Amino acid sequence: MPDTLVEVDDVSMLYNISREKADNLKEYLIRALKGGLAIDEFWALRNVSLRMMRGESLGIIGLNGSGKSTLLKLIAGVLQPAKGRIQVRGSIAPLIELGAGFDYDLTARENIYLNGAILGHSRAKMNENFDEIISFAELEDFIDIPIKNFSSGMVARLGFAIATISRPDILIADEILSVGDMKFQKKCESRIAEIVNNGASVIYVSHSVESVRKLCTKAAWLHKGELVRFGDADSVCDAYLEGLD
Amino acid sequence: MRKLYSRLSVVWKYNNLLKELVIRDIKVRYRKSVLGLLWTLLYPLLTMIITTIVFSSLFNTLPNYAVYFLSGSIIFSFHTEATTSAAMSIVGNAGLLKKIYIPKYLFPLSRVLSSLVNLGFAFVALLLVMLATGAPFKPTLLLSFIPIFYLIIFTTGLSLSLSALTVYFRDVNSLYGVLALLWTYMTPIFYPISIIQDKYSWIYEWNPMYYYIDYLRSLILEGVMPGMVPNLICLLCGIASLGIGWFIFNRTQNRFVLYM
Repeated sequence: MPDTLVEVDDVSMLYNISREKADNLKEYLIRALKGGLAIDEFWALRNVSLRMMRGESLGIIGLNGSGKSTLLKLIAGVLQPAKGRIQVRGSIAPLIELGAGFDYDLTARENIYLNGAILGHSRAKMNENFDEIISFAELEDFIDIPIKNFSSGMVARLGFAIATISRPDILIADEILSVGDMKFQKKCESRIAEIVNNGASVIYVSHSVESVRKLCTKAAWLHKGELVRFGDADSVCDAYLEGLD
Repeated sequence: MRKLYSRLSVVWKYNNLLKELVIRDIKVRYRKSVLGLLWTLLYPLLTMIITTIVFSSLFNTLPNYAVYFLSGSIIFSFHTEATTSAAMSIVGNAGLLKKIYIPKYLFPLSRVLSSLVNLGFAFVALLLVMLATGAPFKPTLLLSFIPIFYLIIFTTGLSLSLSALTVYFRDVNSLYGVLALLWTYMTPIFYPISIIQDKYSWIYEWNPMYYYIDYLRSLILEGVMPGMVPNLICLLCGIASLGIGWFIFNRTQNRFVLYM
């Protein structure tokens, strides 16, 4: 029986632009006195519904500002929807901006444990995977060096290696394949393919229609916060390319 | 019941992260310092020596000024250190909270716990001073964990409130810095309560920190276990603070990400 992993049910997301700027008391009071606290509403997503079954992988395509990342953050649980309901069954490994959980004053070794804990892994599990992480990230000579001295490619390699040690049900990837050199990109791609072959589903956000076709079975096309089309990856990608012209 | 269970299992799942965050706080603070963790012991000792030199002749009615000062000051330092660092804990981890789902209360809580580790060292410093000054060790000293436990509840509540409010108004952090200084002087830490005139007694009567400090001093200096009333005051102040903090934090936490 195919079970639903992700269910997005009539979800809308509202950003409130004017209030975001008044982040100190003075500005807030001035605006309040002027009556300028009227809310500039901006709907980043409107009434989006989609579902992903186990074994499927979902690509989200659309132009800049179409709400792709917002949808991803809602699924990852970082944001709460203004309206509607999101249900996720199973574990999520977010590959969103690698290294977001690093403390740059700590060494690679210390960051492996910290970042592992952020992703919900125990110290024992990190010990088990420690050597694999270091060798995948190719950082054998830099284990005890604070990562503020690392190049951005080294940080991304470490982040990717830590994020992919678990075998999650859902892998969320936000254009991460654009980091690192060609050789490392190849390595990342084969690691993702391996996780997918193990039965995980991928939710992938990209501008690149080609990689969505390659990685995903289903696709969702967003435009200005609205779901234009959702369905089979090839047909949605075709329609999207047509729509661009 | 089911809801409570799922809540608790989430707390358990992130228990490891809380530990790692506390370790990080402590490691980062003493990175690049030669004496490292030893500073948590040295700092209260050195401030005590300075304060004792400056004020002990002024307040010579107190029999053991060094112990009197230090017992108040380590408790108050724990409170200010925890609350001021917790105030920035959500905003300071904005990068992380915007990317990955983590229970947000972990950040202020980790600051309270890492300050508690420091309090542990400071307490050792207090014991060393008692030895050095020949202060009598009362058996009630062993009960010191009681006021500290009450205080942790109080401090955690205030930390939750401050960390949430700072997300909306960054001024809260600066404003609290000033208020914390005022609070320090309004609490009988380096002066005896007897120098406050009766008409100003509200200064300490309405100050929760006074009760926590007074409780600890009564255990350490007088060897007396405080009665029902101080216990109730300490506990109720703690519960009120935690209730307010929990309420503010819960009401606002879903929108933190939008304001950072």
